[in-house]
Amino acid sequence: MRNLLRASRFTLGSVTCAALLTAIPALGQAPASNRPDLTGIWQALNTANWDLQTHAAEPGPDPAIGAMGAVPPGPGVVEGGEIPYLPAAAATRNQNFKNRWSADPEIKCYMPGVPRATYMPYPFQIVQGSDTILISYEFADAVRLVNMKNAGSAPADSWMGWSAGHWDGNTLVVDVTSQNDQTWFDRAGDFHSDALHVVERYTPLDANILMYEATIEDPKVFSRPWKISMPLYRHVEKNAQLMEFKCIPFSEDVLYGNSGKEAAR
Amino acid sequence: MTYRWFSITLAGAAILGALPAFAQTEKAWTAPRTPDGHPDLQGIWTNKTITPLERPKDLGTKAFFTPEEAKAYTQTTLERNNKDNRGGGVRDVLNAYNAFWWDSGTKVLRNMRTSIITDPPDGRIPPLTPHRQAQLQEQAEAVKVRCQRPGCAITNGGQPGPADKAEDLDLMTRCISFGTVVPMLPSAYNNDYQIVQAPGVVAIDTEMVHEVRRIPTDGSPHLPSNVREWIGDPRGHWDGDTLVVDSTNFTGQTRVRGADENLHLIERFTRVGPDTLLYQFTVDDPTAFTKPWSGEIPMGKTDGLLYEYACHEGNIGMKDIIAAAQADEKKAAGQPAGK
Repeated sequence: MRNLLRASRFTLGSVTCAALLTAIPALGQAPASNRPDLTGIWQALNTANWDLQTHAAEPGPDPAIGAMGAVPPGPGVVEGGEIPYLPAAAATRNQNFKNRWSADPEIKCYMPGVPRATYMPYPFQIVQGSDTILISYEFADAVRLVNMKNAGSAPADSWMGWSAGHWDGNTLVVDVTSQNDQTWFDRAGDFHSDALHVVERYTPLDANILMYEATIEDPKVFSRPWKISMPLYRHVEKNAQLMEFKCIPFSEDVLYGNSGKEAAR
Repeated sequence: MTYRWFSITLAGAAILGALPAFAQTEKAWTAPRTPDGHPDLQGIWTNKTITPLERPKDLGTKAFFTPEEAKAYTQTTLERNNKDNRGGGVRDVLNAYNAFWWDSGTKVLRNMRTSIITDPPDGRIPPLTPHRQAQLQEQAEAVKVRCQRPGCAITNGGQPGPADKAEDLDLMTRCISFGTVVPMLPSAYNNDYQIVQAPGVVAIDTEMVHEVRRIPTDGSPHLPSNVREWIGDPRGHWDGDTLVVDSTNFTGQTRVRGADENLHLIERFTRVGPDTLLYQFTVDDPTAFTKPWSGEIPMGKTDGLLYEYACHEGNIGMKDIIAAAQADEKKAAGQPAGK
């Protein structure tokens, strides 16, 4: 009897699965050939990399270069305006802010993580293949392979995380897990832990604009999930291309110090 | 200019004439297509092999192994390469990982060639031009003189080199490039490449230090010659069922076996079977080599995925190498080494 019950439950389960599978197209998912093609070179046009939240202009770290080095103001990209830090995490963020001119991993040419890679002031290129969507970022030659089939789970944490993608109608949804705790969200010290979970949504508004949304969840750092959103613009110049920005040589003086000098920091 | 045209045509002819036997046997097979009608090169491919780039001199002009010879060669090579055999000396410290950490393959190339290089017929890189020889000799001399003073360390190549500032160390130590991309040649591990294709572009992600090649196939021209890139500026086009990639604008610092900034790399990617991507390349650099040289690797499909190799982010060794060299210099100058 128990065996029979188990068997029938199993059958029921399979039926439900099959029903779900056939139901997916009915939910409005476009067939493969009608999916939007996100292939192209894209870039954000905002100051989110300086600070995700609303911020006024301020002096930069190097007075010698005057206005060129100033921090540009920005209206912010966080929905609702504020990042919901837990109290202890808010203190860490303030500490990061104080140390930002030496502690931001961008200075070290480390891979920027997600979502920061999207809104750094460098272009990135989407190559939409059949089972994999490759996203190549100019900064640090960082790259993600968005697995559209069976991503499974990550064997270990990494800088750019583990990306599993699927289509929700015309929207590419990417579930990003297993990022390490070494990256920041911006130059203002906004940070996360290794419990970070990001869900990105890329929705074409027209041929040359994508609306980008990222929902950020990290119970060790934030009191609730929060969201950023911004448009991404296609580079339509004739000679648009990602050029080589292997930034390691630009970070070595800071990281290792040069002959006769102590490490700068 | 005339020389260049002549050599490319020759090299192209050599490649075409040499369509390997294993490709011909798989002739009945036709490559799958992408929606825009081009051969679908997508997948994860590996070039790991124990077949050497250059043919061992004792094999002369013998281009192919018999099955028995391949077996014997495989056995001796695997024994020699076994990193668990420890002989002492600097090699017991430098790169002295156990066999577990290496992944350079256990098989010869499936085309049974005795070297990756197919042309010249002796399977070896042609001599450098006298000009390039003199240039490299001069650089080596300068290093030798420099390293009579403190501030040097044994480099990845096993020789002493300046180590008191980052830019003097080799690109591999600095995690900038491992030389496995232009051309795509196998190394000691991470010999995996993923190709992702879309209309107007083919991307190749190299697992070794995540170097990504973004190859436009839209007919766009090369970058102006004043712009130089570590892995060059690749442009692709389709020649029938073959993707041809033409790369120029190199820095001359990636040291493709002695190549300089005039390196012109021509690569051909052809699906010749369900599990085989034939990779062919020609290195043309008239200021560095006395003639162009070509090679080929039938790359195999692999089941695994590519993983992130964050080399620079964990490059703790660099800091210590440079700090040690700087401390040596200070000590020699009679200053306290300090921190």
